[in-house]
Amino acid sequence: MSLAPFGRRRGVCASIRKVGSYHLLELVDRDGPDPEPGQFYMLAAVSGWGAGTDERPFLPRAFSAMGGTDGRLWFMLEDIGPGTHRLARLQKGEPLWLTGPLGHGFRMPQDGRRPILTGGGVGVPPLVMWSQHLVEHGVARTLQFGFRDTSHAAVAASFDSVQIATDDGSVGHHGLVTDLLVRELDRDPHATVYSCGPPGMLEAVRRLCVDRGIPAQLALESGMACGFGACFGCVVPLVDGSYARVCVDGPVLDATALDHVPAH
Amino acid sequence: MPPVDFCGMELAHPIVNGSGTFDAIAAHAVFGDALHEHFPFAAFVSKTITIAPRAGNPPPRLWETASGMINSIGLPNKGLAGYLESDLPKLAALPVPLITNVMGSTAAELCELVAACDEQDAIRAIELNVSCPNVKTGLDIGADPVSLAEVMRAVRPRTRKPLIVKLTPNTADVALVAAAAEAEGADAVSLINTLRATAQKPGASGEPWLGGVTGGMSGPAVRAVALAQVSAVAARVSIPVIGMGGVQRGEHAAQMLRAGATLVAVGTESFRDPAAGSRIARELRRLLEP
Ligand SMILES: Cc1cc2nc3c(=O)[nH]c(=O)nc-3n(C[C@H](O)[C@H](O)[C@H](O)COP(=O)(O)OP(=O)(O)OC[C@H]3O[C@@H](n4cnc5c(N)ncnc54)[C@H](O)[C@@H]3O)c2cc1C
Ligand SMILES: Cc1cc2nc3c(=O)[nH]c(=O)nc-3n(C[C@H](O)[C@H](O)[C@H](O)COP(=O)(O)O)c2cc1C
Ligand code: FES
Repeated sequence: MSLAPFGRRRGVCASIRKVGSYHLLELVDRDGPDPEPGQFYMLAAVSGWGAGTDERPFLPRAFSAMGGTDGRLWFMLEDIGPGTHRLARLQKGEPLWLTGPLGHGFRMPQDGRRPILTGGGVGVPPLVMWSQHLVEHGVARTLQFGFRDTSHAAVAASFDSVQIATDDGSVGHHGLVTDLLVRELDRDPHATVYSCGPPGMLEAVRRLCVDRGIPAQLALESGMACGFGACFGCVVPLVDGSYARVCVDGPVLDATALDHVPAH
Repeated sequence: MPPVDFCGMELAHPIVNGSGTFDAIAAHAVFGDALHEHFPFAAFVSKTITIAPRAGNPPPRLWETASGMINSIGLPNKGLAGYLESDLPKLAALPVPLITNVMGSTAAELCELVAACDEQDAIRAIELNVSCPNVKTGLDIGADPVSLAEVMRAVRPRTRKPLIVKLTPNTADVALVAAAAEAEGADAVSLINTLRATAQKPGASGEPWLGGVTGGMSGPAVRAVALAQVSAVAARVSIPVIGMGGVQRGEHAAQMLRAGATLVAVGTESFRDPAAGSRIARELRRLLEP
């Protein structure tokens, strides 16, 4: 796990562009360490943070790294509320606050299991970074993403050998990305599943993998205030009846440890 | 800015953390030794410890408001034994004095907690979180001067360490409660704790958003309320006051000091800026030494 420099620091928006329904954000983070796949950052605009609907956002927002080297960081976000709305409107050269890299990322598959990376929506970024890491280490991977429609699926056009599912059937498989996962697991269950996406999808992946005894690492999302273990706000329920903080115990957690993936 | 004397502790500056808003152990794992080298607070206040371990409330636990937030965390903690065994050795290694915050629903529970803290050299002062319903009356102990006085009479003899009473703002007359704490031997009072608040799920259901149904409001949205309560309490008691509620900048800390506080605690702002404590201390220094 890469340690974060203490405190928040100023990054600069190097570029931002829209690909279909998503925004791809490139930041300059000159003094920061490289993130590991699955780690995330807390981001906030320096100005105009709090100027959205209901005078929000107030707190910084969590975003998974999609990549990061040589003082550059990449993120992908969807405008779904005041925080993402403000970030999507960053101008080139505009400063923003960032804290990170935070949390524990993905771990290599054991026992020669093949990695299957199954994601959806804004769960794409950490899996893209993990996929790249695996490829660089000579590990063959299966990559599958689910999207709502063509406009959301557009972001996947630049990824190598990826299976796509869409809710409306406009691209790839007409149905859920978990259908594609079932197909892969039926074909060869000697696998480790890596997953990130909306709660309903993650819960389906968790059940599927736990039922079949297949190791799965789930990158979770949760409402966060701090991102570094201070507020105890970001918890998810574990099978032992306790709660884990997604920000410091995760965001990547083993499917077998989780009781369920909460809907929020 | 000269060092501050607080209940016999010499503190490098007047900025501490609000209980439950900074986990120095988790933060050390995230930020490494840089945290200890640039520790943001002049003393560290632990999160609330109870006798038995608590898992805390079911999620969701957070709701963001205009300029603030509501939390319904539910005081998760390892319990007294777990705290003493696994957390205290790590907190004792912090570069600043340790204040341990405890909560019980009866005088007997609070006595046990305070007596246990009294035996620990690493604990320099004890803060009583009295925002807990009295099992007999159902009222928060700290909302009622009579029930607070009763609890203080039982607890005060259990320790010679400084006892700080963390007052709840959810009461008719906070200065009256502060006066009761002082009369029964409190060495200091701290305020404000969070204001009771709730939020509904987005949409038309009207159902509560928070797993714990209600929670506590904090952040800049409560700052003006906090300033009024700190002023009222400081005017009423002669023991030191720790002022908090929505402090984000040195100027806000200076306002708390002008209202009569000896120390200022930073809570929610640390979520936005992990090093907020040192930034605010720096800004305050500039304001006080022009
Ligand atoms: C580890 C991690 C990694 C993430 N990575 C990414 C990523 O790579 N890309 C990406 O686009 N997103 C990512 N997210 C999700 C992103 O952080 C959230 O979608 C973001 O916080 C939304 O903020 P907003 O202000 O735009 O929306 P909000 O208005 O905050 O809405 C987001 C959700 O929060 C709830 N909500 C609504 N109002 C409130 C309120 N007042 N208070 C509290 N909750 C409310 C609702 O369930 C709503 O659907 C990640 C989250 C985590 C925890
Ligand atoms: C997430 C969160 C957890 C808290 N936990 C505790 C706690 O365990 N014990 C306590 O006495 N106060 C607790 N508080 C209250 C704070 O210490 C402080 O009194 C309050 O938040 C006001 O200060 P602020 O506006 O600077 O946050 C908590 C506050 C927040 C936001
Ligand atoms: S976001 Fe604050 S503890 Fe996880």
